[in-house]
Amino acid sequence: MSETLAARHSHLAVLEAESIHILRETAAEFARPVMLYSIGKDSQVLLHLARKAFHPAPLPFPLLHVDTTWKFREMYRFRDEFTSRHGLNLLVHQNKKALAEGINPFDHGSQKYTHAMKTQSLLEALALHGFDAAFGGARRDEEKSRAKERVYSFRDRHGQWEPRKQRPELWNLYNGRIDAGESMRVFPLSNWTELDVWHYILKERIPVVPLYFAAERPVVSRNGQWIMVDDERMRLRPGEKPVLKRVRFRTLGCYPLSGAVESSAASVEEIITEMVESRVSERQGRLIDHDEEGSMELKKREGYF
Amino acid sequence: MSAETQVQGRTDVQGFLAEHAEKELLRLAVVGSVDDGKSTLIGRLLYECNGLFEDQVAAVKRASAGGEIDFSLFTDGLRAEREQGITIDVAYRYFSTKRRKVIVADTPGHLQYTRNMATGASTADAAVILVDARLGILPQTRRHAYIASLLGIPYLAVAINKMDLMDFDPAVFQRLATEFEAFSRTLGFEQVRFFPISARTGDNITQPSARTPWHDGETLLGWLETLPHERRQEDAAFRFPVQYVLRPDLDYRGFAGQIVSGKVRLGDEVVVYPSRRRTHIASIDTFEGRLEEASAPASVTLRLTDEVDISRGDQIAHAEQPPRVLQDMEAMLVWFGEERLDTSRRYLVKHTSKYVPAHIEQVLWRKELEDLSEQPAPTLGLNDIAKVRLVCKRPVVCDPYRDNRRTGAFIVVDPLTNDTVAAGMILGGAGGQGADETRSLVSASERRERLGQSGAVLLLTGTPEVRDAALRLERALFDQGRHTATVRGDAENALALAEAGLLAILYTPVPQARLGLREQLRGAGVPWLELEPSEDVDTQVKRVLDAQEKTP
Repeated sequence: MSETLAARHSHLAVLEAESIHILRETAAEFARPVMLYSIGKDSQVLLHLARKAFHPAPLPFPLLHVDTTWKFREMYRFRDEFTSRHGLNLLVHQNKKALAEGINPFDHGSQKYTHAMKTQSLLEALALHGFDAAFGGARRDEEKSRAKERVYSFRDRHGQWEPRKQRPELWNLYNGRIDAGESMRVFPLSNWTELDVWHYILKERIPVVPLYFAAERPVVSRNGQWIMVDDERMRLRPGEKPVLKRVRFRTLGCYPLSGAVESSAASVEEIITEMVESRVSERQGRLIDHDEEGSMELKKREGYF
Repeated sequence: MSAETQVQGRTDVQGFLAEHAEKELLRLAVVGSVDDGKSTLIGRLLYECNGLFEDQVAAVKRASAGGEIDFSLFTDGLRAEREQGITIDVAYRYFSTKRRKVIVADTPGHLQYTRNMATGASTADAAVILVDARLGILPQTRRHAYIASLLGIPYLAVAINKMDLMDFDPAVFQRLATEFEAFSRTLGFEQVRFFPISARTGDNITQPSARTPWHDGETLLGWLETLPHERRQEDAAFRFPVQYVLRPDLDYRGFAGQIVSGKVRLGDEVVVYPSRRRTHIASIDTFEGRLEEASAPASVTLRLTDEVDISRGDQIAHAEQPPRVLQDMEAMLVWFGEERLDTSRRYLVKHTSKYVPAHIEQVLWRKELEDLSEQPAPTLGLNDIAKVRLVCKRPVVCDPYRDNRRTGAFIVVDPLTNDTVAAGMILGGAGGQGADETRSLVSASERRERLGQSGAVLLLTGTPEVRDAALRLERALFDQGRHTATVRGDAENALALAEAGLLAILYTPVPQARLGLREQLRGAGVPWLELEPSEDVDTQVKRVLDAQEKTP
């Protein structure tokens, strides 16, 4: 293989080497690590880096999808196809109690719903399997409280984050020592930006859910966002009538809470072009971030990753 | 998006990506005291380099009092920070210039959070230190400059901020620059540059200011674009701390890690430390295929021509550029612990990929940051910086920090609280001990010849009956003519016996202890084997004897 000097030292090569280093440290130091898999583009990049880190061996940890049951149908399809094609060990966890109580994004509002179906569900899954380290694909450029996140983020026995008590993190020396019941969230993509992620997806030809690409989809306009009507569970408000729009998603979550953007970008190159020219942040379409000022921080304190 | 995206109309995406791909990554720390405008400066840099999105700008405009944008609101992210108006924790921000992608560590100035300042500065290639023109050089300024130099940051910009409140008076600027220069001369920065700025009004940050005709016109951004890039680690000695052993099947045994400095080629003769076994590079593997050559900072997997016993924490280097192997060393420490240093206590040192038990035997001196004098001190408290003598229970394969920032650095962990209590930088062997620590006048091979076996630790854990299993195994091995001993729970003792050539059976009925023991054994550089207490004793003996045969 011939590589130019520039390519070896380009920031993507440096970021890749750093992320692989973090993945290997965690796998070596923890008894039961797990990789949180949300089916989004960052998850795909993280998984790709993990396959590189342990090649030619299989991943030394399972994947965990915390399933709210409200993801887009295309996400479930993609998840099952991708993980079976690559022989990945995927665990799926749903908060059965909350499901039985009928908690949903329409009746309970995004805050209560997210707490039950994501935060509680994640904590439940971690405890159930005794995981002591959980990889997440979060990046520091996403949101202001994420910018404060360490690569190794310590969580107490209740899965909580305490920003004032973060361990200092010097050089590339991560302190992964924990007591029984405590755990670590580990973020190998901390230093990547949204542009880096797309650029890497292009360079490495990493498959992503087709919802990131523009297509005609049935949507309704709600609070200034285009919400996709993905299945019959979508509750339409009086006067709302789905229309077909050429849209795509910059970030994927639960379909009633993910805003689409009008776009014609149908390839990774076109997405990058659009991103370069547009000046709106990716989390703008994330309704749960805007519940109130500092809402991500509060969610993280409770155990949201 | 960012300045890299200065494209008119339709973007030439291939051209843009080619340019983006070749950008260098620059890590920058911004430091200073409370209220001297760090957050405002960083907010301004992000805003003027198009590092922000429209909705972020709109949110800040809404939150800003009055008509002007409060740039500090772009960065202070935590509720507690907004409540108190101070930055508690280091935050990382991202923007691009024409040539560089910059990761900014926005570090807290408050005395209480000096550890977080050091966190941000430890990986930085350059630092900006802010000085409030009204208040001048403060003790915290000195402290931060000293820490920056201690951490080996070569390039420093001193931004004299709030010049608008001093009518851009050149005499004020000159006086502070002279004062800082006198202080920093002894600190050993490669370059110190001074900038008269106003973060609030945007003078000399990305645009030269018309209000400072007496300044040479260089802006902070101009400096960031042109300062020499991070020291290339390629020409340094090859260092490869082993992170992870990959064994997908019986035919493949690869040592995974990151090349922290230097480069390695196929066929190179290498030495594995601390065992000092010589071998050759048989293969440099990556997901994409095999490489002829690899250099820092690549993460790769190495395979060797000989079956050498290597575990996590060992280091691979070239014979002609050997690392130091030290147990007693002198080091600089920055103490972060809420509790004072206890010289009688055992701490854990994490160095590259291994933990080593250690004592901080003596504080040689403590730096008085007011005048940079060296003061005697019996112990260390929060934020003290000192030279100490450190005694490690196991050899540490290292370099002095001034030669190698990765193999010369360590952190100190309190094993009771698991807190990171100090950052350390290795100066060299203690008491003029430049060369290696000789641990015994009898070599391992002499012992092997005499005893007819290699020393090793056999780990048995997890069930209440494990003691019986350990005793049965000892009896069986003894009957096979082996020299053995059993130890309950204490890895240090077991390792000492193994080093003396015995098969030390280490057992503990406490399941939680297993992880800790494994970690200690991994870091020790002594062969060890984990056995299942449930296996019958014949199987265990066979596994032990097989492993013994493989050990040279």
